[in-house]
Amino acid sequence: MSKKALLEVNNLKQYFPIKGGLFGGTVNHVKAVDDISFVVYEGETVSVVGESGCGKSTTGRAILRLDDPTSGDILFDGENLLGLNKAKMRKKRKDLQIIFQDPYASLNPRQTVRQILEEALEIQNVVSRKERRQKVEDLLQTVGIGAHQMDRYPHEFSGGQRQRIGIARALSVDPKLVICDEAVSALDVSIQAQVLNLLKELQQKFQLTYLFISHDLGVVRHISDRIIVMYLGKIVEIGDKDSLFENPQHPYTRALLSAIPSINVGEKKKERIILKGDVPSPIDPPAGCRFHTRCPYAMDRCAVEEPKLHSLSEVEHKAACHLLEDGPYDYS
Amino acid sequence: MSHPQLQESTGIPIKTKNKSTTPWVSFYKKLAKNKAALAGAIVVLIFTILAILAPLIAPYDPTAMDMSKRLAPPSADHWFGNDDKGRDILSRILYGSRISLTVGILSTILGAVVGVILGIVSGYYGKWVDSLIMRICDVLLAFPGILLALAIVSILGPSTTNVIIAVAFFAVPTFARIVRGSTLSVKKLEYVDAIRAVGASDFRIIFKHILPNITSPIIVQSTLYIASAIITASALSFLGLGTQPPTPEWGTMLAQGRSFMAQAPHISLFPGLIILVVVVGFNLFGDGLRDALDPKTKR
Repeated sequence: MSKKALLEVNNLKQYFPIKGGLFGGTVNHVKAVDDISFVVYEGETVSVVGESGCGKSTTGRAILRLDDPTSGDILFDGENLLGLNKAKMRKKRKDLQIIFQDPYASLNPRQTVRQILEEALEIQNVVSRKERRQKVEDLLQTVGIGAHQMDRYPHEFSGGQRQRIGIARALSVDPKLVICDEAVSALDVSIQAQVLNLLKELQQKFQLTYLFISHDLGVVRHISDRIIVMYLGKIVEIGDKDSLFENPQHPYTRALLSAIPSINVGEKKKERIILKGDVPSPIDPPAGCRFHTRCPYAMDRCAVEEPKLHSLSEVEHKAACHLLEDGPYDYS
Repeated sequence: MSHPQLQESTGIPIKTKNKSTTPWVSFYKKLAKNKAALAGAIVVLIFTILAILAPLIAPYDPTAMDMSKRLAPPSADHWFGNDDKGRDILSRILYGSRISLTVGILSTILGAVVGVILGIVSGYYGKWVDSLIMRICDVLLAFPGILLALAIVSILGPSTTNVIIAVAFFAVPTFARIVRGSTLSVKKLEYVDAIRAVGASDFRIIFKHILPNITSPIIVQSTLYIASAIITASALSFLGLGTQPPTPEWGTMLAQGRSFMAQAPHISLFPGLIILVVVVGFNLFGDGLRDALDPKTKR
């Protein structure tokens, strides 16, 4: 498979100012995303995982320019999205879509399903006015909702159905990249599986590329090709799904993966790594390696020197830890 | 709308469209349950009808003087009595309701339109636009309403039109504040982000996605504001700065009767009572609307 980079994020930073003081000036910044770079290839599913507040959703929003990033480059199909003006960006939005977490907040309660979808078609001028109705029917069909339901309002649907409508809206403009921001987290487990399978089907049908943001490792394992692990605004490990799940190299990834509950009765019980303390504040993150305050392997230099991403194998498995300077570390 | 084929194959009646009317039905039911609000609504309705039909139902010409009936107390011919120039007070009140309601409604609409636009712009764009608009509103709100209205009318000159402008001017910051707050909460919702991600313009987002979802507080505030607009307008007329005699207006009538309080209290009593009833009516109706439109008070 020849791999073509669809999305390239370079040195992305997203700082949110904290206003305060007597004159409402900026007193500090929340460093939600601090200098991250990664590539998403055409047709693959890349997952971004990490605990709450690590910057995964912020990354997704920054790529779509829902919040304008502080600095960095976002190359989509070779074109820098951050260099586009408002009008050009509006056109470009056709290629990048997002599916949101909360199916109850992501649909306008005053619009029927048909209005929601037709509006998207109208804005991007996907099909002619006459063909719109047919296209809406097709879209609903694709996501498994009967066309006879298209004149209903969102409150008449269940959470899973609403999420399908959200997916239909994202697909309506024929995007190339879809960012799924915790797209199944708010759903029941049985519905989660249905929606995940739908997403997989759609990916094959429409050659979609997914950036899948989630905190649910089970879901991530099911859907991803590659995985990015984030901690406090930084990428700590990035790699092929199998390689990362079977052989996690960063101490944080190891702790994260050890928390996945196992249902295999016969299997030897995995040792759980329990991290001490809380995630430090992103306003004033620790110097050096951001994980050193909680890392069981922390050394003196970790508090001073920030680790680079070290390549670990030929399948683009990289992790940012001083232990890995000379290749994979033997944790046993 | 029903689906015959589906219905046939399953035997279950399939309803589709009917359900979408439920918000209105539940809104009406909630309003009807609230007796005070219902009473307010009826008062508002009655006075609106009276104002529209005034020329047809008023028993006398509101400006025709009859010195033989000067200061006459209420009687079978003149239910509310006659004023110091022998004019029929009932007819004057009926005609006066046209002015008071017009002033109340027009000034509220004018103030609401400007206030809503400023509030949405302020809430949606934020940053310096927000600071600028809100600081101006703070300054305006720092003045008592009647004082500001007095100042404006003194500058523009006394007339009904200028009263409308003055009262509307004071409505602007109130509406701007409320709308800004609602805009801030709605613009954070994911469906606004979603439509932005699709590529919608700011204009479309504001008017098609934010405005329809903040109508409840605007409707409630408008209803409540009509009441205070009527009071302010009457007060200005009472002071001689509003509608000019001989046009019948409740505030003006109140002022005229003041000199005859001891001999003929009915001249001031009836216009005063009517102002009270109408204002209380609008307030009760507004409060009821607020409860009925609030999704949290589902019963």
